Amino acid sequence: MINTFILRLFLGAIALFMAAPLAVVAGVSFNERKSLSFPPEGFSLDWYAQIFTEDSWRSALFNSVGVAVGASSLAVVVAFPLAWFLWRFHAPWARIVQVLGLAPFILPPVITALGFLSFWTTAGSYGQAWTVVISHGIFFVTLPLVTLTLGFEAVDDSLVEAAATMGADDRTILRTIILPLILPYIISGMAFAFVLSLNEYIVAYMAVGFTVETLPIKIFNSLRYGYTPTMASVTVLFVAIAVVVFGLIARFGDLPRLLGAWRHDDDS
Amino acid sequence: MKIKPRTFSDYATIGFPAGMLMVFFVIPFGIMIAVSFFQRVQGAFYEPAFVFDNYARFLTSFFGGILGFSIGLAALVAVVSVLLAFPFTYILTRMTRRTQVVWLVFLLSVLSLSEVLIGFGWSTLLSRTAGISNLLVALGVLDKPMSLSPSFGAVMTGMVYQTFPYTVLVLFPALSRLDPSLVEVARTLGSGPVRSFLNVVVPALRNSIVSTLIMVFVFALGCYLLPQLLGKPSHWTLSVLITDQAIYQSNMPFAAAMAVFLVLVSLSLVAISLLYGKKENAA
Repeated sequence: MINTFILRLFLGAIALFMAAPLAVVAGVSFNERKSLSFPPEGFSLDWYAQIFTEDSWRSALFNSVGVAVGASSLAVVVAFPLAWFLWRFHAPWARIVQVLGLAPFILPPVITALGFLSFWTTAGSYGQAWTVVISHGIFFVTLPLVTLTLGFEAVDDSLVEAAATMGADDRTILRTIILPLILPYIISGMAFAFVLSLNEYIVAYMAVGFTVETLPIKIFNSLRYGYTPTMASVTVLFVAIAVVVFGLIARFGDLPRLLGAWRHDDDS
Repeated sequence: MKIKPRTFSDYATIGFPAGMLMVFFVIPFGIMIAVSFFQRVQGAFYEPAFVFDNYARFLTSFFGGILGFSIGLAALVAVVSVLLAFPFTYILTRMTRRTQVVWLVFLLSVLSLSEVLIGFGWSTLLSRTAGISNLLVALGVLDKPMSLSPSFGAVMTGMVYQTFPYTVLVLFPALSRLDPSLVEVARTLGSGPVRSFLNVVVPALRNSIVSTLIMVFVFALGCYLLPQLLGKPSHWTLSVLITDQAIYQSNMPFAAAMAVFLVLVSLSLVAISLLYGKKENAA
């Protein structure tokens, strides 16, 4: 039928548009020589090895991963008590704190970045490596906050009431009922924050751009001096990490629901 | 059941997140606003003062040009993105759950990609030696390969690439919650799939479309690297200029003043879009 054909064509065009730059980057990353050419000439995995063997790329990778681990943990540590409080208690003023937690993600990132730059210079800690962990932790607090809020909403009230009737206090309920139920939401929130922190450029650059080189900062700096194939292999690596992480979330969790869809069997 | 917080330990749980957000988000914001009134010192950084010089520079034609360009570009990007993403998301939400998940994983991966990497990807795709112009030569459309960036088209393409997955994810909840019987009724009454999409789905989600347009506009306004990597200096936007003033020109007070301006624009737009979104949810 003509309609199905147009539909397929449209979806195919979108898929091509989204995949094209990644495909070309993947292609040039396999070039044998240090040239930017596509289709690739020869085949080599040297540029992937270089991420781990050349000191400057390896240390940038370690910096990025270290920052992302620290920042995503901090984001969860800040978001968890907030989401729990909002779920447990009736306190309209707490909405203000919730909005503060959502704000960094809605505002243009340049603003948050500039805020951190002024803050760390005023505090006298400008350029210290740990400042970027805190900056990213706050910047990405929105992600675990959103997933955890969804997680708490999904907790069956009757379980909590049953436990309370049997004499369990808040702490026991939290440990024995809530935590196991919302663990998937903690993990997915942390994973979202981890991947985004790994990729984040402007906040990291304004906080520690001149002292700590993360991978996005290193690539941007190298771009000014021309092209090296390692940029391409790092891009492919980052796409692969994102696909694996989001794929795992989808495999073990309910991705459409996390992104705001209602399952129709929930409606009743 | 929710209760009112009473004891100290009840309040203590929110104390930590509230404190962290206060110290590391609200205070930096406050400092930034303060700095926007400071005076720049040549050779040094800045000194405390209370001057409106940095805001007065908004009245120059240089700033006006950049502001006009940024707003026009972000608006164009938002319109193109929503035009592409709305039908796409509608189709997506009608697909099997499995296919939806595959698309969502792919779109999330692109969305999380650093602007640095998107800029690098597109500049490679548009380059002379590795880009699509080689394909056009092979097809006989072009005589010899050429570089397609930097150019306005490259900036637009890169930004639509970046905003498209975001637009899909913003539209996804509303479209996946759309009552399928609406369309079924239209189909039963004899309108074709395209007509029922245009006459039933689009009007039903009018408010969502408006609020998505605004959200994507704000998102595009925040794009800070693509105009720099894929465009000429004449394609720089407010976000690029803020970064440039803060880092390379060491003019923090002016950068801060522009940032305060950008916050006000973004916040008022987000507030409008939330109001629109509310109306529809209430209906």
